[in-house]
Amino acid sequence: MLTVTHYTILSAILFSIGAVTVLVRRNPLIMFMGIELMLNAVNLAFVAFSRYLNNMDGQVFVFIVLTVAAAEVAVGLALVVAIFRARDNVDVDEIDLLKG
Amino acid sequence: MDLGTFTEAFIFYLFAGIAVLAALGVVIARSPVRSALSLAVVFIALAAMYILLNAPFLAVAQTMIYAGAVLILFLFVIMVLNPRLDILGARTTAQTITAVVFAAAFAILMIAVLAGGHMAPATGAYTPEVVAKEGHTQVIGSLLFSQFLLPFEIASVLLLIAIVGAMVLARREKGAHKNIEG
Repeated sequence: MLTVTHYTILSAILFSIGAVTVLVRRNPLIMFMGIELMLNAVNLAFVAFSRYLNNMDGQVFVFIVLTVAAAEVAVGLALVVAIFRARDNVDVDEIDLLKG
Repeated sequence: MDLGTFTEAFIFYLFAGIAVLAALGVVIARSPVRSALSLAVVFIALAAMYILLNAPFLAVAQTMIYAGAVLILFLFVIMVLNPRLDILGARTTAQTITAVVFAAAFAILMIAVLAGGHMAPATGAYTPEVVAKEGHTQVIGSLLFSQFLLPFEIASVLLLIAIVGAMVLARREKGAHKNIEG
């Protein structure tokens, strides 16, 4: 008998794998993929709660999150391309001009 | 969906396993293209989960937007930046182990909290029968245009900002013509 706990535990596992991706990899493209993974994990939790509470607010929220994620990926990848054009190197550790 | 209990559990565990393995593939893969393709498998496994959770419109929207647009954008950028990406390495071993240990601790903490919590009673109005009668897309559409109108309009403005911003950021400067532009 599937309860909401199954889905939210899966969501927690996917979220922490996304967090590991952002922390461990130095390639900004793969860090973006980790962020998308975290957003998807949260979407799954929303839809699971929406189904088990008979409430559609979660699914509308997921729709908005989908939109925001797509917009964020577009702008983020445009930033990565612009940085790469300026300095010919995509290592995130070298982008530290604002470092104190 | 109204499947048997065993069928529902089997489908859930099957797609949960696929999603977790593909997510690990995103972290572990050496080449960015393999990471992107593993991410596509995660998106599609989650779309299957949404169908299991009575949300077919979201499943199709997820597949079209994530696997169909976001992923293609990733692959295009990997294609553009690829020749210089192979000089990047992973972090030092100590940093990797620290990150994995803390993420695992966070996951265990979340699982402990989630497994020990009580679920509120199902007091909403949109039972699966009501949604099936009216159509899932129709229900989301009517909610988006009545109760969630402000977030909907803000999302539209956000998309416009993202389009303009991406075009401005990725534009080549005037006078710096590369030879592919003749």
